[in-house]
Amino acid sequence: MIHLSAEQALNLRRIAPEIVLCAFGMLIMIADPFLGAAKQRVLGWLSFLGALAALASVRFAAQNPGPAYSNLLSVDAFSIFIHVVVIVAAALAILGSFDYLRDEGIERGEFYALVLFAVAGMGILASANELVTAFVGLEISSIASYVLVGFRKRALISNEASLKYFLLGSFSTAFFLYGIAMVYGAAGTTIIDKISDALSRASATDGHFPPLAVLGLGLMFVGLGFKVVISPFQIYAPDVYQGAPTPVTALLASAPKAATFALMLRIFLLSFGGATDLWFWGIAGSAVLTMFVGNLAALAQTNVKRMLAYSSIAHAGYILVAFAAATDIGVAAVIFYLAAYVLMKVGAFLVIAHLGQRGEKRLSIQDYAGLGTRQPVLAAVFSIFLLSLLGLPATAGFLGKFFAFQAALESHVIWLVVIAAINSVIGAYYYLRVIISMYFWEPSKDYTPTPVAPALGVALFIAVVGTVYLGILPGRVLDFARTAADSLNLH
Amino acid sequence: METQPHLLTVVTFLPLLSVAALLLLRSDDHVWIRRIALAASLAEFLISLLLLRGNYSGAEYQFQEFHNWIGESIHYHLGVDGISVFLILLTTFLTPLSILCSWESIRENVKGFFIAILVIETAMIGVFVSLDLFLFFTFWELTLIPMYFMIGMWGHERRIYATVKFILYTMFGSILMLVAILWVYNRAQTFDLPQVLMLLQSGQLVFRQTTELHLFGAFFLAFAIKVPLFPLHTWLPDAHTEAPTAGSVILAGVMLKLGTYGILRFCLPLFPGAAHRMAPYIGILAIIGIVYGALVATVQHDLKRLVAYTSVSHLGFVVLGIFAFNTVSIQGAVYQMLNHGISTGALFLGVGMLYDRRHTHEIKEYGGLATPMPVMMSFFLFICLSSLALPPLNGFIGEFLILIGAYQQHHAWASWAASGAVLSAIYLLWAYQRVALGDVTVEKNRTLPDASGRERLILATMAIAILFMGIASPLFTRRMEASSDALLENMQVQMNHPQNAARPVDVPSRLSSPPDKLTPALAAVMAGGPGK
Repeated sequence: MIHLSAEQALNLRRIAPEIVLCAFGMLIMIADPFLGAAKQRVLGWLSFLGALAALASVRFAAQNPGPAYSNLLSVDAFSIFIHVVVIVAAALAILGSFDYLRDEGIERGEFYALVLFAVAGMGILASANELVTAFVGLEISSIASYVLVGFRKRALISNEASLKYFLLGSFSTAFFLYGIAMVYGAAGTTIIDKISDALSRASATDGHFPPLAVLGLGLMFVGLGFKVVISPFQIYAPDVYQGAPTPVTALLASAPKAATFALMLRIFLLSFGGATDLWFWGIAGSAVLTMFVGNLAALAQTNVKRMLAYSSIAHAGYILVAFAAATDIGVAAVIFYLAAYVLMKVGAFLVIAHLGQRGEKRLSIQDYAGLGTRQPVLAAVFSIFLLSLLGLPATAGFLGKFFAFQAALESHVIWLVVIAAINSVIGAYYYLRVIISMYFWEPSKDYTPTPVAPALGVALFIAVVGTVYLGILPGRVLDFARTAADSLNLH
Repeated sequence: METQPHLLTVVTFLPLLSVAALLLLRSDDHVWIRRIALAASLAEFLISLLLLRGNYSGAEYQFQEFHNWIGESIHYHLGVDGISVFLILLTTFLTPLSILCSWESIRENVKGFFIAILVIETAMIGVFVSLDLFLFFTFWELTLIPMYFMIGMWGHERRIYATVKFILYTMFGSILMLVAILWVYNRAQTFDLPQVLMLLQSGQLVFRQTTELHLFGAFFLAFAIKVPLFPLHTWLPDAHTEAPTAGSVILAGVMLKLGTYGILRFCLPLFPGAAHRMAPYIGILAIIGIVYGALVATVQHDLKRLVAYTSVSHLGFVVLGIFAFNTVSIQGAVYQMLNHGISTGALFLGVGMLYDRRHTHEIKEYGGLATPMPVMMSFFLFICLSSLALPPLNGFIGEFLILIGAYQQHHAWASWAASGAVLSAIYLLWAYQRVALGDVTVEKNRTLPDASGRERLILATMAIAILFMGIASPLFTRRMEASSDALLENMQVQMNHPQNAARPVDVPSRLSSPPDKLTPALAAVMAGGPGK
């Protein structure tokens, strides 16, 4: 019998979600060869169970907040919030991938195991309070995603996406690592909430802010900006999102973004909270660029999957608007946006995964013609996701934008809010175009609709209920987001 | 005040509730879908009549409901006053008629169509009852989507172009209003309209002159697009021409009034200084709209487009009445909003009935219709007369009040606007002559059936409403008076506030002309102007 000290036991509780995720991941890897090709679905359900268990174990962590493993991780309300967002996204993506994988003939246990490992990495990102730990989390989640992106191994587009993502992703993590080294050089520590004090001491003795730290911050911005897909680091994203198997795209466009934004918030606001002037223009400028690039490029797309990829770039821009506020209201707005965004984006991609049919052949906007009469429920659900992405009141997407704008206005960044507002009208056009196709165009003749499988149905149901719930009664989630923002102890 | 604590919630959400009932029906059960939609909208109308039992002799909001919604600052705050109550009644009155007029003309996706009508009804009533800026904006945006579907799915040939133009135009306007709403919240720390107004009047909240102008501009742009004020009207003819009849009725009847209502409820009380400063320019735009709309209507060869342009002209009158800033003109503006809803709604219903028979809106395809269909053409004439403001029909009262009010503000305004009234006689009577009088020019028209029982019911209801509103106008204006007075007084209090008094307000010099006995409120406005 192993005897655990009180502190060790507490540490274990604080990383309970990661432990559960990894345990289920390994269980799946072990069970895989015993089950044989026909029974891989069992592993899918096992991974879903793993996600649920991880969600339940988040409670353990939530009841025992505090620093873990000598301050390498900080398990606070903020990290709990992001954990919930990330795990829910993964659970929905898992449910939505069952029939997709079967139809593509790629239903393998390692798919589900990799998803769980990726989520474990994101969990570490969400609570990381130390830069090298954060780097480990980033690598765990990234490496799993490189494999997942290439999972349709017989499809050229998927291979291309995987290779592209791998090469550029490694490059970007190198940037992040260089950044860590520079910051360590300037501050003498890599503990995120200690860097700020160290830097202010250094600038007090030198009489100016350490240039090495500025360089380090810039490099980390590049590395993390790549992962959250903001301009000018977004070039790879549409190809990767389009090439990845659609349920993977659903996961990729949502969960890692949430986890990486969480890390970015910690670094920028805790380590460099005293030097807001230093990075404000970087974030605000990137926000403007990201929104315009995402929205304008999405306007020109005829492939709905690619259009949604660009739309997720645009949404990262709206998140940056709240980020630029650099206050705790801004933090609450960012993570509320993330919660809203994950539900509607995963939902939208899962609908596409289903409608794409075997080989992802039906992704063009013409293929959606007449869906409103053929599959009215699915079309209605898809419309709700699209209208939420557009930002129609009474949906989650609207409140996400609303709080983001409010936070930025509170910090007197009106010009940025006006630009974001104009962008959301530009965005309206391409979301509405899909609705036009579904409802106003004549149905195409050569299409036989496939019924929605129960697992996917459950995933879509949860996503749609969540989207509407957050849109009409956001009170509890919003309170949670505010508590989470407070738990960062800004200033 | 009557004690019916949830009356407004019931009135607002009853149509949405009946949507749930419709969803339970099979989509091919057209008969029952129609019946339930009609029954629900009639019940809604009857229940909304209870709102008249409120006490409108003061400016106090009636049937108020107040609950916290999101956090501490966003509330579910409903209430009606003498202005909004009639707009709600207009909505609940026109909805059953638009359901009735779609009885046979809508054959595809019947369920979706009636669901759209009922959702629009809830959203529009929601706009009229909201006293919280956030709640208001929610309903405001929600009106767009069902109308988007209505034009896009059941419209005519160029429906997709028209509906996209409609929704992008309006969204562009309203998104800047959202930014302005957030800005107001940022200063006032509440979204509650009465609270914000209280802060403004007590001087605890003061906007700098340029800020006020920007905020006013952001709100006004959203409303002006909706109205639509010249030169922002270009979406309207397309939307109307392509919309199904019921869509046009709802669009012209109620949706355009969301804009003028918004000006009255938000633009004027929140930003009185900016409103005063911009009034001369807005007045000129309104007059251009009146004359331009009328001239363009005259040369239309498409009957529905003609009626659409009359809306531009008539809504110009309403805007003019609002920005003349006196009790008479504001009452006239509200009354004209109702009249336009009834008359133009009726015109669209009539045009829709012709379309059902011949599937064209071209005027030259008709001619001499009075011979085959005397009953319908008589009603049509009656509606045209109402729309061109013939006394003692409803249109006359509204235009007359507006002209009196405008005359006190500026003589030239009144004379230009009056020319619009003359032009309306020209285009409507000329159109009527080409459609109804003379010999039957197209052979097919000789055998057109006259109005059916259902159509007679619709037209007769409209005719009665027109006559009733013409004769019994005091029943309406009496209830509007207190609210209009209070609106002007509050604007005055705010502009006179010490913080505001110091700043130069360029009230047009004509405001300092001698006060008129007719309107004490106007006198108060003028007495407060710095020109004195």
